[in-house]
Amino acid sequence: MIHLEKRAEPSKTWTAFTPVLAVILTMIAGGLMFAALGKDPFEALRTIFYDPLFSEQFSAYSRPQLLVKAGPLILIAIGLSLGFRAGIWNIGAEGQYIIGAICGAAVGLALYPSQSWLIYPVMILAGAFGGWAWAMIPAILKTRFNTNEILVSLLLVYVAEQLLASMALSTLRNPEGNGFPGSRNLSQHWATSNPELISGTGMHIGVLFGFIAVIMAYIMLNKHMLGFQIRLTGESPRAAQFAGVNPTRLILICLGTSGALAGLAGLFEVSGPAGQVSIDFNVGYGFTAIIVAFLGRLHPVGILLAGLLMALTYIGGELAQFMLGLPGASIQAFQGMLLFFLLGVDVLTNFRIRIGHGGKK
Amino acid sequence: MKILNTALAAALALGAFAAPTLAETKVGFVYVGPIGDGGWTHEHNKGRLAVEEAFGDKVSTSYVENVPEGADAERVLTQMALSGHDVIFTTSFGYMDPTINVAAKFPNVKFEHATGYKRADNVSTYSARFYEGRAALGTIAGHMTESNQIGYIASFPIPEVIRGINSAYIHAKKVNPAVEMKVVWVFSWFDPAKEADAATALIEQGVDVLMQHTDSTAPMAIAEEKGIVAFGQASDMSAFGPNAQMTAIIDDWAPYYIQQVGRAMDGTWTSVDTWDGIAEGMVAFSEFSDKIPADVAAETKALIASMADGSYHPFTGPLNKQDGSAWLAAGETADDGTLAGMGFYVEGITGDIPN
Repeated sequence: MIHLEKRAEPSKTWTAFTPVLAVILTMIAGGLMFAALGKDPFEALRTIFYDPLFSEQFSAYSRPQLLVKAGPLILIAIGLSLGFRAGIWNIGAEGQYIIGAICGAAVGLALYPSQSWLIYPVMILAGAFGGWAWAMIPAILKTRFNTNEILVSLLLVYVAEQLLASMALSTLRNPEGNGFPGSRNLSQHWATSNPELISGTGMHIGVLFGFIAVIMAYIMLNKHMLGFQIRLTGESPRAAQFAGVNPTRLILICLGTSGALAGLAGLFEVSGPAGQVSIDFNVGYGFTAIIVAFLGRLHPVGILLAGLLMALTYIGGELAQFMLGLPGASIQAFQGMLLFFLLGVDVLTNFRIRIGHGGKK
Repeated sequence: MKILNTALAAALALGAFAAPTLAETKVGFVYVGPIGDGGWTHEHNKGRLAVEEAFGDKVSTSYVENVPEGADAERVLTQMALSGHDVIFTTSFGYMDPTINVAAKFPNVKFEHATGYKRADNVSTYSARFYEGRAALGTIAGHMTESNQIGYIASFPIPEVIRGINSAYIHAKKVNPAVEMKVVWVFSWFDPAKEADAATALIEQGVDVLMQHTDSTAPMAIAEEKGIVAFGQASDMSAFGPNAQMTAIIDDWAPYYIQQVGRAMDGTWTSVDTWDGIAEGMVAFSEFSDKIPADVAAETKALIASMADGSYHPFTGPLNKQDGSAWLAAGETADDGTLAGMGFYVEGITGDIPN
């Protein structure tokens, strides 16, 4: 008979090893799925994981794209992980991402066609502010009226989407766009663009901010009082109260920081890879970042790796579609397996498997 | 582990041998929805299969589904071009700028962008005169409605969609002056849940005929469930609404795709702007339901024939704009330039175009 025995404290070994195990299990189950679809599973896995990085044909282009795709995921996931660690659940990063993009783009468009180098820094501030302000709605509602931040932040995503549509259709619409929806292209105007810092590397200012966020989060969680308070609140809310942690302040800080980082990600995207405010500008980075945060064990370095891995499955998944004719849905299922197995094997972190008759009746 | 390694090595070796020979023309398709949407993307994919059938071993085709319009599209297009595709069809309006950007980097690859207006030496555009099809649907809708309320599920407020609403309304009104049109904007090409919600909301407001300019079969399924009348979009949707579907506009891309791929193969491809309609067969209809009264069916078929031979244009004056200002004088027909940039409703439609 097999049964589970709760560990006194989570296993350090398993905490580090479960993501690796989850990736291996995903490859096996995914390989079986690809085989069931009549494709060579090894070729499929090679196309997804190996070709974007090392194939002669693609890697020169795909490798930089990995950073472009991972940048916003990492930036948002770092912010989310702070709150998640303290048990504060911001599910609405997608909305904060949208509002950050709108605010930042609005500044750039209002000052168009000025050439001042000051414009971009102001856009960055506006983007961060927009995301912060949107996250403050669930934060203040929670601290004042004790509403559930999961529901409020999630529902605000849909409000943000409507606002985005309205902006693309009216206020921010390109006056020279023949009446079609969408703003001017920010990335084609020097003062409002977020270009590659080094040509051909995919490294834009947003990716740089993502890396800086990883380092800052690492330092804060390990060396700073606030990081200690966040960890303590997550592990034992009662102990945190005795230790003098102010829960209201922590909620405002965690939601505010994650909102600001999501807003920044939106601003960098709208002024760089996406280029313009359009009706369907958001493609789900805010939601995917939740998976990235958990896949990275809410640890800054883990999130960095998880963001790159997730980006790899997107880019490799596209390759697999047109190189091997795999259906798009199978790639989504493959990505879903990753989270499924991660949560599944997580049991090993908190429980020990005992075989035979353990414990008394 | 050793077995796994051997197998992996074997697989890698096999992969190298499976590389396509250089002689064949590689044709890629980028889709905004899944190929099983039962509508827009489904028909483009049928066009792709027709290309394979027409040229056999001389072509190989590939596709990517569900590609978001924007930065992701640019990446998919670049990777397709890098992998040696000779012709790439980008089948949604929102791929316009990505197509132009990538085309500039790959002057030897031929791009075909559906429903856009930006061209380059290696970028053609193509679209169908769907508004001709809408004229026929509007005629049937005007006759079939008992509540005199027609519902219209619209995607994005771009000229193509606005043209469709206007054409449907004009022709419904022509046969039934009491008709009203209710438009719901869902801001998506493919979102079955939103489309179903919009359909339900419209029906609750008293609509008994449903039209859609979105790609999923969800509205058709709702119409079937509620026992009202509906029209298929882009593809025959009768499997989802055997009783509800009166007919469907079918986008037949196959002849155009075969023609353009053929031109790329024999070196006669040049950048062109194609806007074909019923006459050329790009806009077609699925079989009419037997629920349509015979006289209505005959009237509609006569209208279709008159558009096919060019004797009738769906936008023929006298027509006013929604604000009452004059647009077309009696007998005057709209020019393609105005139609291509249409951003206004015709007189009689209530509600505003979102902005």
